[in-house]
Amino acid sequence: MTTATAPTLGSGPVAAIRAWAGLYATQMRIAILSQIQYRVSNYFYMIGMVAEPVIYLVVWSTVARQQGGEVGGFTPGEFAAYYIVWTLVRNMNIALTPYAWEERVRGGELSGMLLKPVHPIHLDLAGLAGWKAVVILLWLPIAAFLSLIFQPTLAISPIDVVVFLVAIWGAYFLRSMFLWLLGLVTFWTTRVGPVFSIFFTAELLLSGRLVPMSLMPDWAQQLAGYLPFRWTFSFPIEALIGKLPPDQLLGGLGMQLLWIAIGATLVAVSWQLAVRRFSAVGG
Amino acid sequence: MGPTQGRDALRGRDPLRPIRLFALFFRVGALNELQYRANLAVQLFESLLALGTGLAVLGLVFGQTTNLGGWSQSELLAVMGVHILMGGVIKTAIQPNMERLMTDVRQGTLDFILTKPEDAQVMVSVREFRIWQGVDIGVGAIVLVVAVAQLRGGIGVGVGLIFAGTLLLGAVMIYCFWLLLTTTAFWIVKMDELHELFEGIYQSGRWPVTIYPGWLRISLTFLVPIAFAVTVPAEALTSRLTVETLALAAAFAFGLLLLTRWFWRLGLRNYSGASA
Repeated sequence: MTTATAPTLGSGPVAAIRAWAGLYATQMRIAILSQIQYRVSNYFYMIGMVAEPVIYLVVWSTVARQQGGEVGGFTPGEFAAYYIVWTLVRNMNIALTPYAWEERVRGGELSGMLLKPVHPIHLDLAGLAGWKAVVILLWLPIAAFLSLIFQPTLAISPIDVVVFLVAIWGAYFLRSMFLWLLGLVTFWTTRVGPVFSIFFTAELLLSGRLVPMSLMPDWAQQLAGYLPFRWTFSFPIEALIGKLPPDQLLGGLGMQLLWIAIGATLVAVSWQLAVRRFSAVGG
Repeated sequence: MGPTQGRDALRGRDPLRPIRLFALFFRVGALNELQYRANLAVQLFESLLALGTGLAVLGLVFGQTTNLGGWSQSELLAVMGVHILMGGVIKTAIQPNMERLMTDVRQGTLDFILTKPEDAQVMVSVREFRIWQGVDIGVGAIVLVVAVAQLRGGIGVGVGLIFAGTLLLGAVMIYCFWLLLTTTAFWIVKMDELHELFEGIYQSGRWPVTIYPGWLRISLTFLVPIAFAVTVPAEALTSRLTVETLALAAAFAFGLLLLTRWFWRLGLRNYSGASA
């Protein structure tokens, strides 16, 4: 693939940027073409995924109605908005699962990736970004259907939309960094399941995926402030549904940037250490 | 005794034969998994983590309210117990078999089952057991015991028997549902995401289906029989079950068994093998 070698061949910043863009565009195109073939499979996946927020939505709307129309600052209509936006954010958040590393290492697929002249994380980032194009297309009718049924209340201003559009990509890159980092644990131990489970449980509870953060106890909210999770779920969602004032919108984007930088640094360092432990058996 | 008679004796004459096959495969599956005992610790850890999360969610909900759609916290704990227990049954015995069937259809290796002198549907349904997943059956049972102890007055033997009956009916319906879906693999070959779809939808059983809006409640009852598998047994424990519901569950289970049998045969006629 000529575009893959371009980043190292380009001279000058313009050529380098063009080469990187070419690499990402090619990877995304391949992903779109391959994923569009599996529409039924992708739809199964998405319906399974939509079940989760619908359950939360029904439970919390029921609680809100029983409590006189509001709980934790959310009305049933606002819960509907929260969990419908959730479905898009969740899709945008899908990054390479850390479980994929076991197969990569054991099956020798990693050997091939190491031969390419770019860091393997770029291939993952670009490939999954392409899949998202397909997913968003499949998501639109689901979102329309959910909106029709659950009647969300939204108070959106233009700045909310702009911040949201940036924040969902920020969330994607942020979560990708940390899941990649988590996947690298595979280089040190083969019993990765429990480590991954702890991570995903913490994420579920402290990101706003399960419930809006305002419903969590104070100590959990404070704890979440020191962790990256909430910037991948609750921040983009609350940005779009009009729950955040302008300073928090910009502050949130700043926090995303900070955590992406931390994640990228950790990935760079850990990758150097991890790849030294890798001995190929085929591929 | 000629070969044909021998075959008949193997197939139809012995009504206990499916149960014997089940026991045989269970023993083989258990012996296989007993080689990997560390997996028990891993599974135990995962189950406890999931239980902790479930309890945290219940805590969050009941931090805000005293009942959810008419169900108290102890009653919802009973629903959760049934949900975990049934999930354990599915992951131990139902899902592994169905996933293997899917692979067999895709790769053409179902030929090896079809050439054996046993009923093919029985064979594909009893081949795989993941005994460590059975940890969830234990965890679910413990949660149930705690929930029942919290319910006023506990339960009598009669209620216990009815509860066991509704659980069995529920498991049969979930098995039928899985086999119906898996049988479509004879037409649609790539069904990898099926378990994701089921797991997603199964999570809805964590709450009584009565809290869902009408269209969803009906879907979760007749389209995906989660209401029968989880809510109905929980209703039996919490004195909510009516005779009509019980009769409906039995009739629906029976109808679903017949439908599954018919659809399985239809699917088989569409199977062409791969290399054979």
